[in-house]
Amino acid sequence: MAVLTIKDLHVSVEGKEILKGVNLEVKGGEIHAIMGPNGTGKSTLSSAIMGHPKYEVTRGSITLDGQNVLEMEVDERARAGLFLAMQYPSEISGVTNADFLRAAINARLGEGNEISLMKFIRKLDEKMEFLEMNPDMAHRYLNEGFSGGEKKRNEILQLMMLEPKIAILDEIDSGLDIDALKIVSKGINEMRSSEFGCLIITHYQRLLNYITPDYVHVMMQGRIVKSGGPELAQRLEAEGYDWIKKELGIEDETVEQEA
Amino acid sequence: MTTETKIPFDQQYVRSFSSGRGEPDWLLQLRLQALAKAEELPLPKPDKTKIDNWNFTQFANHVVESAPFASLDELPEAVKALIEAGEGTKNLYVQRDHTPAYLSLSEELKAKGVIFTDIFTAAREHGDLLQKYLLKDGVKFDEHRLTALHAALFNGGVFVYVPKGVEVDVPLQAVYIQESDDIALFNHVIVVAEDNSRIAYVENYISAKGVSKAVVNIVAEVFANTNARVFFAAVDNLAKGVTTYVNRRGIAGRDGRIEWALGLMNDGDTVSENITRLIGDGSFGDTKTVVVGRGEQVQNFTTSVVHYGKHTEGYILKHGVVRDSATSIFNGIGKIEHGASKSNAQQESRVLMLSEKARGDANPILLIDEDDVMAGHAASVGRVDPTQLYYLMSRGIPRREAERLIIHGFLAPVVEAIPIESVKKQLIEVIERKVQS
Ligand SMILES: Nc1ncnc2c1ncn2[C@@H]1O[C@H](COP(=O)(O)OP(=O)(O)OP(=O)(O)O)[C@@H](O)[C@H]1O
Ligand SMILES: [Mg+2]
Repeated sequence: MAVLTIKDLHVSVEGKEILKGVNLEVKGGEIHAIMGPNGTGKSTLSSAIMGHPKYEVTRGSITLDGQNVLEMEVDERARAGLFLAMQYPSEISGVTNADFLRAAINARLGEGNEISLMKFIRKLDEKMEFLEMNPDMAHRYLNEGFSGGEKKRNEILQLMMLEPKIAILDEIDSGLDIDALKIVSKGINEMRSSEFGCLIITHYQRLLNYITPDYVHVMMQGRIVKSGGPELAQRLEAEGYDWIKKELGIEDETVEQEA
Repeated sequence: MTTETKIPFDQQYVRSFSSGRGEPDWLLQLRLQALAKAEELPLPKPDKTKIDNWNFTQFANHVVESAPFASLDELPEAVKALIEAGEGTKNLYVQRDHTPAYLSLSEELKAKGVIFTDIFTAAREHGDLLQKYLLKDGVKFDEHRLTALHAALFNGGVFVYVPKGVEVDVPLQAVYIQESDDIALFNHVIVVAEDNSRIAYVENYISAKGVSKAVVNIVAEVFANTNARVFFAAVDNLAKGVTTYVNRRGIAGRDGRIEWALGLMNDGDTVSENITRLIGDGSFGDTKTVVVGRGEQVQNFTTSVVHYGKHTEGYILKHGVVRDSATSIFNGIGKIEHGASKSNAQQESRVLMLSEKARGDANPILLIDEDDVMAGHAASVGRVDPTQLYYLMSRGIPRREAERLIIHGFLAPVVEAIPIESVKKQLIEVIERKVQS
């Protein structure tokens, strides 16, 4: 069973400290949700886990099954079993979705163990059908001209094709219509198993109605300030963040503020 | 270094060359007139590249004789790789240096009046038709020294003619092989699509050897007459040591359409000029060019669409990759003449630099002499986008492979447009070789 362990994580961007001591453990079989107001460091946490070159870890550790993630290149992290569905996926012109996915799968399997074209196509067709995606999307250029919702669905397609151990989904629900939200949730639930752990970053309870989290965390000022079960998300939906701020004596929840 | 400018071939030589090929008198006169001009006219001046010291005029052999290929089996492997077996061999021209070495044109197209033949046969058998188009309204022989030299000495090429209303739905393919060292290939290509006709022509220039020494001077003239449609694809892949001047020119009549897909993959110093003149109202020009520069090579690519007719549309797309210490200059010019109202000129030039020492320059220019028009351009020079790299790598793709995907994607606009699968495949391989090795 996979375990992603984050300890006392401090992260800076361009010299400015954004994360100020994050502690979190995500195990296979668990679904965690991170909520929190805008600009509190949620995407920064996901970028730091994946290894975005702009984000500098200044203190703390990230390990996956005991392996030091911080020493790995971005592609090594992915091959070790991490996946990040990005808030803003890149568009890559001239590279078809299918070619990209096959390159990604083969990178995991390694030279000499490449997936056969037949098997790849079968799997791709199956997952696309599951996600109710137009088959044309496989032959379009990666995310180019995709609508916001199509991009999100395409991130879930990649998740299902690549079958990581631990996935981080950064606002996978933003920009989705109700039907798409159901389909994307269906995709994530399909992945649920003791071998799969998931960290869902979201602003809305809506998504969590479809995917019941085991743990809910609240991020403010670049730290996790409160954790609880699914009922925490429901209370946030109903009451907003003020009560937490009051409870913890926080006036400015953004990362600008020293804790 | 001073470069010899004296033309190594004289009037007497041109006379005997022309009569040896059984050329009509008008063509001999054109050649002689051009020869007289060749020494006095200046070289062209491609913007931002100094070519005074390039050798365009000195070469030992103007013509070498090669044996024709008796059958397709005899074609070199490099040529076979470019041809689709079966259908793809039915409309094919192969030239070895200066020798028309293989030609086929399907009975069906012959019956429709389509002409596809080497330029010398065209001069003998279709002289009047050739005279109407050769070096007249497309490229003029006296534009500069290289066009004059070309007119005086052209020694290869094809003539494609599609009669009125004939729609050809298979591409015609030409392969030009530069085999010998110390030669000059002056290749002349003419594609004429008469009113309401349609044609696709695909050409490859290849060198038999990896390194050679030769001068190549190519002129292609393309005519899409009223409501005709021409698709012209080219992959130039001449060896290191071959100095190339290539001038591809298109003239579109009323509602005519010319589309270019040019993969300029030479390994030697190259000046490429591609101008499309939208003469007729409602005409359309689309020109896509991709290039890779590597080693020490210096290249200059000028693409221009000139709007004369009303309601004309011109699109320029140029994507270039530059590595090692290569220099590539991209000049894109959208020009709207007075009177070409309601026209639209758009261009996009992008250069991807893969090394510190590479030099790339994108110069988009809009020249507009009419009020009621639309125009736009986008240009960029930079490295592989780190955000795109991160995205691909975050899926497990190693950096090198991710870069490779991005680069191939960047050059895909021309690759995807090529209508012959084997030529497309070869272009992908050439790109791979030029980018990776
Ligand atoms: N690449 C960057 N360059 C500069 N500032 C950054 C960068 N990335 C993040 N920041 C800053 O760090 C803070 C936290 O940003 P982050 O994107 O992590 O917030 P978030 O919690 O994901 O917000 P949202 O809910 O709006 O997505 C913000 O103030 C943001 O401006
Ligand atoms: Mg965010």
